[in-house]
Amino acid sequence: MVSARFPEPMVPRLFAVRRVRRETEDTFTLELQPESPSEGMAFAAGQFNMLYVFGVGEVPISISGDPEKPEILVHTVRAVGTVTKAICRLKPGGFLGVRGPFGTRWPVEEAMGGDVVLVAGGIGLAPLRPVVYQLLARRGEFGRVALLYGARSPKEMVYRRELARWEKRPGFTVHTTVDKPAEGWEGNVGVVTTLIPEVEFDPREAVAMVCGPEIMMRFAVLELQKRGVPEEKIFISMERNMKCGIGLCGHCQIGPYFVCKDGPVFRFDVIKPFFGKREI
Amino acid sequence: MAELSLKIGSQAVLESRDLQKLFDVLRAKGYRLIGPTVRNSVITYDELTSVEELPVGWTDVQEGAAYRLKKVGGKAFFNYGIGPDSLKRFLYPPLVRLWRARRKGDGFKPVEETEAPPKYAFIGVRPCDLHAVAIHDRVFLSGEYADPSYALRREKIFVVAVNCAKAGNTCFCVSMNTGPKATVGFDLALTEILEGERHYFVVEVGSEAGAAVLREVPCREAGEDEKAAAERVVTETAEKMGRVLEAAGIRELLYENLEHPFWDEVAERCLACGSCTMVCPTCFCTTVEDVTDLPGETAERLRRWDSCFTEDFSYIHGGSVRASARARYRQWLTHKLAAWLDQFGTLGCVGCGRCITWCPAGIDIAEAVRALRRKEEKGRPPAPAETPGEYSGIQEQPGP
Repeated sequence: MVSARFPEPMVPRLFAVRRVRRETEDTFTLELQPESPSEGMAFAAGQFNMLYVFGVGEVPISISGDPEKPEILVHTVRAVGTVTKAICRLKPGGFLGVRGPFGTRWPVEEAMGGDVVLVAGGIGLAPLRPVVYQLLARRGEFGRVALLYGARSPKEMVYRRELARWEKRPGFTVHTTVDKPAEGWEGNVGVVTTLIPEVEFDPREAVAMVCGPEIMMRFAVLELQKRGVPEEKIFISMERNMKCGIGLCGHCQIGPYFVCKDGPVFRFDVIKPFFGKREI
Repeated sequence: MAELSLKIGSQAVLESRDLQKLFDVLRAKGYRLIGPTVRNSVITYDELTSVEELPVGWTDVQEGAAYRLKKVGGKAFFNYGIGPDSLKRFLYPPLVRLWRARRKGDGFKPVEETEAPPKYAFIGVRPCDLHAVAIHDRVFLSGEYADPSYALRREKIFVVAVNCAKAGNTCFCVSMNTGPKATVGFDLALTEILEGERHYFVVEVGSEAGAAVLREVPCREAGEDEKAAAERVVTETAEKMGRVLEAAGIRELLYENLEHPFWDEVAERCLACGSCTMVCPTCFCTTVEDVTDLPGETAERLRRWDSCFTEDFSYIHGGSVRASARARYRQWLTHKLAAWLDQFGTLGCVGCGRCITWCPAGIDIAEAVRALRRKEEKGRPPAPAETPGEYSGIQEQPGP
């Protein structure tokens, strides 16, 4: 076997787990702090990190914290595989390796001046939360902001306390829906895309950002187009298998794009020729 | 004999008996010599010390799904096509340790790797394989993130190319404009010439380093007749090329035919074994493995060649994106002949034909392109528009 000296970005940086919050049955939000707290991690909304559990493995996870607070790194993780389960078992005082941040950002600057529509499905709200923080902090620079959030059931909604807080902010509306209601649920029932025709926004000046399962994004884009939002004002965040995060391992390709460096956030008209095509 | 003035582009004559001198000079300069030799019933690259180890008297016979060594006798050192290995094995090894880490207090500390990669001199590199290295330079060195392992190995190499005197039956470098004459990426390029009792090389200097090495080897300026003889060798090889891949407009051909019936036909034959990706000199996909020792005190990350033909390759939660062999073959060919252009400004195919020879089903990349063109020309009903149907909520997806 051959070995070589590899500088970053191949080698993970050590981060300590500061706090863990349980969001749902299987989803946890971790607050991480770098080994030397002075070196935070500056990132843009939409970017992701490769999170490494010592000896177990590495997975790409989007950053879900506030870009204005780079001293704390926040990730929301759903325990579905070996590595994500190991991440979700971590307790304060535990540690993780982190490589990143990688990938493209949500078009927050470009959305200034117009209305903003955020459409999230399930844990797809996590990559959009940094956008919410930025929109709230710079409220005056944007038009109306609508967050449309759908989950399978009320207990599978993430960031519930924050959703309630965001709802109270002026000019910021939160529309939630669940596929399957539970006792005590008085909100909308149905898929998140059914909310799109109901929301007030000016499609000519609006920017839409969509994140969720691919099938949900497909229908969300269709509904947004029906409302008259042009393709180049719709942005989606893609998920693919990733091993390196820097465009060298080849796993995340979709058509000519590497999701790790040309994405994960794509302008819809750019990814359209390959989006929704079976097994691309 | 007057001192030869050697510069880039100079052509000199090296007598075959002096080839060993070239080996000796390179070894004296600290290079590990890697060249063609017979191993495991193929002519492949391996470490050499002497010209005795070159495949003198051997040739290869290649066809779709077939490679045979054949004893033909004679004195030629380089009378064969190409074996399964390219320089990829040395510049981008199949298994690399990216880093090691030791558990330490409340965390871990990466242990730096200190072993320096060897300094390689490659002997007998074919022009197609030189183009493959040029492609890897774009893949690994031109982006925002370079691959440090490749960069370290790549920067030290010395290349002695050999122009092809024998057209392999499965290769098509003329179509890809990558051979049979070396034009880029070599320090010295040899053309082997056998005329009656004479056996010599016309050596072209490709770099200052090449000139410096050649100054230490007995040689003389090439005469016009010798230069012409060398030119004849490659011209004749080009004429005998076994296959043609029509590359004009290939990017559009692939992108416009993502739902072509050909993909179903080829999927009936493709075993999704990944052999083509292993022998391809440009395929660069890798995976990583994270392992620990038994006490869990040290961990390391290994990087291994991977193949887009495995089911695991595209796995995300819920299933593999490319579950069928049809989709995987389409991904491989579309990447190589279309997406590669968008990503790196060059095709990912150099026309070496290895994927044809080493495919156990004999699937032929040149034939695949022809099939896509033929059916396109014949015309076919337009693919039905994607009808999304009803969206019924967030489900556990069986893959996107």
